[in-house]
Amino acid sequence: MSIQAVASGTVLSLKNVSKNFGAVAALTDVELDIKAGEVVALVGDNGAGKSTLVKILAGVHPQDVGIIKIASQEVHLGSPSDSIKHGIATVFQDLALCDNLDVVQNLYLGRQLRGHRLDEVTMETTAWELIRQLRAKIPSVRIPIASLSGGQRQSVAIARSLLGNPKLIMLDEPTAALGVAQTAEVLNLIERLRDRGLAVILISHNMDDIFAVADRIAVLRLGRNNGIFSAKDTSRKEVIEAITGSVDNAVTQRAQAHSK
Amino acid sequence: MSAQPTDLQDERLIINTGIGGAISKTRDRIKSGDLGNLPVIIGLLIISTIFQILNPFFLSSANLSNLLMECSAVGVLALGIVLVLLVGEIDLSVGSMSGLSAAIFAVQFVRNGLPLVLCILLSITAGAFIGWLYGQIYNRIGVPAFVITLAGLLGFLGLQLFVLGATGTINLPFESPLVQFGQQAYLGHFFSYLFAIAIAIARFGLGYFGAMTRRKAGLSAPSLISIAFQSLFIAAALGTLAWYLNKSRGIGWMFVFFISLVVIMDYALRRTSWGNSVFAVGGNREAARRAGINVKGIYTSVFILCSTLGAIGGLLAAGRLAAAAQSSGTGDVNLNAIAAAVIGGTSLFGGRGSAYAAPLGMVVIAAISSGLTLMNLNSSIRYMVTGAIVLLAVSVDAVARRSRTSHGRA
Repeated sequence: MSIQAVASGTVLSLKNVSKNFGAVAALTDVELDIKAGEVVALVGDNGAGKSTLVKILAGVHPQDVGIIKIASQEVHLGSPSDSIKHGIATVFQDLALCDNLDVVQNLYLGRQLRGHRLDEVTMETTAWELIRQLRAKIPSVRIPIASLSGGQRQSVAIARSLLGNPKLIMLDEPTAALGVAQTAEVLNLIERLRDRGLAVILISHNMDDIFAVADRIAVLRLGRNNGIFSAKDTSRKEVIEAITGSVDNAVTQRAQAHSK
Repeated sequence: MSAQPTDLQDERLIINTGIGGAISKTRDRIKSGDLGNLPVIIGLLIISTIFQILNPFFLSSANLSNLLMECSAVGVLALGIVLVLLVGEIDLSVGSMSGLSAAIFAVQFVRNGLPLVLCILLSITAGAFIGWLYGQIYNRIGVPAFVITLAGLLGFLGLQLFVLGATGTINLPFESPLVQFGQQAYLGHFFSYLFAIAIAIARFGLGYFGAMTRRKAGLSAPSLISIAFQSLFIAAALGTLAWYLNKSRGIGWMFVFFISLVVIMDYALRRTSWGNSVFAVGGNREAARRAGINVKGIYTSVFILCSTLGAIGGLLAAGRLAAAAQSSGTGDVNLNAIAAAVIGGTSLFGGRGSAYAAPLGMVVIAAISSGLTLMNLNSSIRYMVTGAIVLLAVSVDAVARRSRTSHGRA
């Protein structure tokens, strides 16, 4: 694995991105800028449009209107291979792994080392390097994904996103299925990615994780931008208010009830 | 610990080394439901024993030699079926495709007098074009392959009758190379032993250099002794088979052609990125798409290959029969090809199977058919027995799958 340092500057920039599903406006005029070497947490309640935005950037379904620029060049992300070509790697919430294939085959899915035949040996040693770097607990890379636990599958999916030398990595709920130690490892990993000059979009509901690694926090509410905060100068309360849309919300009500 | 190969360092791995280790590893695998080819081989042994007791001619050199020739043409069709099953689809029209291919060949070669190679190319191109058409309809319109190929089954049977015209059956001249290939071309002593030795040497060479590369990269690899042992076993097994079959007519070139196609397909499926993509699409279509695999292209390539193999199988069958008839490729040809792929261990749900399912399953079907013919039983019994065997094969697979799931083997 080699991740080249990318010159600092805006890696990704979204302007007025909208997407409708039938009569439902999933995203309306969303704007977002991400610089190299920056971790942006994308937060919002269920149905706020986070996953829709991820899918647009991953090329799963294109936006209806709006402009996506990568390194200040306008791009069209019409298919997953477009996104990969433009250096966007995605770790999906459902991981998108093939149960019937082994770890190596899953890591190299869609970007096998070409030549007249697969270079199985290089693929296997690189797989081991990646797995060891992530300190993932995977006993063998030649066993099918079906026999791995949820956390191990998550590690495989993250390892896969690192293979293609990406400029931007999107992690959709990467710690949701992980144990305490593995969550910390993933957070360490995110910091390592940032230090190497990659841009990271982290989608999470976990405020601890977000405040641990994010530089900025972008809030979506009902498919619209609802504020971008700097993690250093913001309190959790402000972020939660932006997510729920009101000062008096279920979270504050619970907090008050407990403090009484 | 550092002396351990990179891939065997995890302390939870159960490491079996040596011959005792190999045996206990195999036993664990079978117990957990990863049966591999075992049910087919046991099935073949049972079938052979029963028929041999009922009719001592069954395991004779002449009958086995003939059996291998008989299974080649439909075996090529079954190979195509394995491919479409791997992506989780089905092609019901390979039989009609083979009949149509035979009809096109016979009309051009016998009636229009075109050169042989051109006629073969015409038939194969027709097969490839029909496969491409299936792919386009499947990808663009989204009609299920079951329905597309059901329409193809009827439509191309009609086209076959139309091409053959009023006379119905067209006989191929006995001296034409295709008929010679289908009926008279046998390896003989020299080539059969040469192939047995060459295959064993190739197995040793590939195994040896593969192990060297793996060891150099710090990965585990089989020992030189076990590779040598395997190669010797292959040489002995193939040599004995060749010796026994050579007591009568020997091994047909047509069977060698069939097995060559299987080996090429096995290589393509396991060692190329195309093959990995086929398994990925069959295992999880959406994951494959998100990984950037051209899923539509994979479907199209698989349909093209299946129909092309159907056309090639039709040509072989025409050579074997020395004719293209209205009944070519009809009746049980389709179902035998599908049954062979399933009996050989290809999952109907996609993502599991191997190219070797085609010859294994085909030998089972040909053995049943040959045994029942020897007993002078008519096709009514044959259909019923074959049906029961298909049901049995799929049941074994279903039970094994449940066990695999609980033992964490996909």
